[in-house]
Amino acid sequence: MRFFPKFNGYDFFPHGTRIDFMRWRDICFWGSIVSIIVSIALFLTMGLNYGVDFKGGTMLEVQTKSGTPADIQTMRNQLGGLGLGDVQIQEFGTTNDVLIRLEAQPGGEEAQQAAMKKVLDTLGDGFVQRRVEVVGPAVSAELRRSGVLAVTAAILAIMAYVWFRFEWQFAVGTLLSLAHDVLVVVGVFSFFQLDFDLGIVAALLTILGYSVNDTVVVSDRIRENLRKYKRMELRDLLNLSINETLSRTILTGVTTIVVLIALFVFGGSVMRYFTFAMLLGVLVGTYSSIFIAAPVLEYLGVKRETVTGEKAAAGARS
Amino acid sequence: MLHFSRLKMIAILLACLVSILFALPNLFTKEQLASWPRFLPTKQMPLGLDLQGGAHLLLAMDTGELKREWLQTLRDDARRTLRDAKIFPTGVGIVNNHVQVRLAKAEEADAAVRELRKLVQPLGSAMLGTSGEDITITKGGDGTILLEPSAQGLQQRVIHAAGAAIETVNRRINALGTAESTVVRQGADRILVQYPGLTDTKVLKDLLGQTAKLSFHEVHPTMTAEEVRQGRIPTGYRIYQASERGDEQGAAYLLRETPVVPGENLVDAQPGFDQRTNEPIISFRFDQAGARRFGRFTQENVGRPFAIVLDDKVLSAPVIREPILGGSGQISGSFTVEGANTLAVQLRSGALPVKLTIAEERTVGPSLGADSIAAGKLASIVGGVISMIMVVIAYGTFGVFAVIGLIMNGTMVIALMSAAGTTLTLPGIAGLVLTVGMAVDSNVIIYERIREELRAGKSAVSAIDAGFTRAITTILDSQLTTLAAAIIMFWLGSGPIRGFAVTLTIGIFTSIFTAVTVTRLLIALWLRSERAKPGRIAVPI
Repeated sequence: MRFFPKFNGYDFFPHGTRIDFMRWRDICFWGSIVSIIVSIALFLTMGLNYGVDFKGGTMLEVQTKSGTPADIQTMRNQLGGLGLGDVQIQEFGTTNDVLIRLEAQPGGEEAQQAAMKKVLDTLGDGFVQRRVEVVGPAVSAELRRSGVLAVTAAILAIMAYVWFRFEWQFAVGTLLSLAHDVLVVVGVFSFFQLDFDLGIVAALLTILGYSVNDTVVVSDRIRENLRKYKRMELRDLLNLSINETLSRTILTGVTTIVVLIALFVFGGSVMRYFTFAMLLGVLVGTYSSIFIAAPVLEYLGVKRETVTGEKAAAGARS
Repeated sequence: MLHFSRLKMIAILLACLVSILFALPNLFTKEQLASWPRFLPTKQMPLGLDLQGGAHLLLAMDTGELKREWLQTLRDDARRTLRDAKIFPTGVGIVNNHVQVRLAKAEEADAAVRELRKLVQPLGSAMLGTSGEDITITKGGDGTILLEPSAQGLQQRVIHAAGAAIETVNRRINALGTAESTVVRQGADRILVQYPGLTDTKVLKDLLGQTAKLSFHEVHPTMTAEEVRQGRIPTGYRIYQASERGDEQGAAYLLRETPVVPGENLVDAQPGFDQRTNEPIISFRFDQAGARRFGRFTQENVGRPFAIVLDDKVLSAPVIREPILGGSGQISGSFTVEGANTLAVQLRSGALPVKLTIAEERTVGPSLGADSIAAGKLASIVGGVISMIMVVIAYGTFGVFAVIGLIMNGTMVIALMSAAGTTLTLPGIAGLVLTVGMAVDSNVIIYERIREELRAGKSAVSAIDAGFTRAITTILDSQLTTLAAAIIMFWLGSGPIRGFAVTLTIGIFTSIFTAVTVTRLLIALWLRSERAKPGRIAVPI
């Protein structure tokens, strides 16, 4: 009977590592606090380069019918003279593809439509419309509100779940690391003034999911070890737990990053910022599980009694 | 953990088989599917507008206009009711958000309120336990009475208007062709129109852009609008401006406000050409009641003008040459052929109860949609293949089991989305790819655990068993927290976020299933075949 081909896997990672993660605890912890503050400062001073979704206005993607490169300078001159305020024109993906953005026009919903019509009339017949997005002031305000609400609600829901499954100290650690991840990504988008639209909010929410996933895996091991090694110093125990889960953290992280790079490279220009945010988030999320969520436990001090109390039942099972 | 009863095994295999069957149609074209036997599922994942191309329009009803109109009717009704009851107020007018009645004699206030109460309509139903009235009447000092529309009353009107508007929008869109467009209400006062395959939304927007309330009015027999401008407008009359599309731009007319024949009496409208001038026109037909009323009016008013009014603007004011008794006629107004077509469709499908504005528009051309599908496919394949190769390298034979689980996972997500008719969007593809990436995590957690147990000196069987048992709580915890985020995305998110959340949610469930059952079953089968062989079992991990 030989149904299955048999070959061994290659164990990439050294096991039984004893890396002293907690040694960098203070540097990383305060470094994270500083990066949170810097991100908030960036957000407050530079703001975000909101897309049409949140700011309102019009976005048009057009392509030359002939397939020849579009003459952006001419387009800029033509459209700039229409009196529609700030008109952004940029190449998108290929040289014959152009993205045109109009700011929200004063005068409500109808003014946006009128402005778009003007642009299309001016461009004439040489172009094919690839994509049109017009968002009126009422809808963009709602999208802004629901975006903020969604991210906040997700963080709180995740925190509640962690609180329910673990100790409150774990929930605080999770909250801090999640807030860190979201804020740092927002900070980077603010610093480079990258397009921030609905897709990025989806990316932020997924980053939350990924980051908490990572945090939970480490926390799970910490909880298990707390029951297993009752006399071990908390600091050593945290180190041990992180080391034990390190191979998983790296392998999963690398796989996810590889998939995201595939999306980034092959997924088309529409998805590019989304995947970029995700890539950034996976890196930050992995970091925060190790260097924020775990050290917080040491700062706050996990009560072993409660954890050990539960142990009787869990121990009997395994 | 590693024992599977025969029944369980069959159930798992069946689940996989059914998933493959339901996912399969997505690999074929619609034409190929048409020739499939009836008992096979042929439903494909519906593609979102961003993938197949099409228009998405979010229309907002002008609730302010709805309220203004209500106040006007209320004012007229109040005036008439009081007149019928022989109470003569010095003024009935609209002040801010209410109708104000100023009585000549303050002692008539009670009687007036009694009469005005007839206008109040109860709201809600006793069955639902809701109650209330649509207007509140309050008595002010010195003989004034205030009639104020209540919030619930307005809400009810908005709901009614939205229902009527959806019907009209549907009729107008259907006139465009037979595409599978959808028109649904969103929130209280918004209507979402989705029209696959349509890229040039100009026609659609023109069609929905006006209420198209057509009516026929009597022109004041003696006075003109200019004469009235300085003085008082006679009761029941109003000044109407000429339409921009008519012949006499800038002109104004003094017309009786209540139409001779309102637009509701119109049963048909067709575009055509005037036989003499060859100009585009619209010929219309009234229903019986409309025809009778129009006939009588034209009989009595030969030689005098009447006005055709569209959306409160006078299209034309022709002189009646002879009585029009047949109940049909034609409208001219320097139309273009296109304009006449559009207006005919609008008139046929009835007027919108209120003006609709475009709150949001998203259109994707078919070429971009096709590009997105191609890019999504390529990215999924590249991402999937690379991650699978990595898993196989890292875990050998067990890695192959995991890969089978991953493929099954993807198949199941596609099968569920096809069966449930969940729309696949571009962010949805990203969600799908990401699910594969995160599903790898479940396997990694299990296998790393098995390695650890092996290093601790456990035998193959107990290491594998412990690996699964211990890893499952971790997997559940980590996936459930992601699920919390996905559900919130679906609940609070809109458009692209939703599409992403749906695939992510489905993916979480299927990845738990495949990691803990499909992969585990394969390993159990492997163990069974290894046990049949002599010697110690070595885990190829």
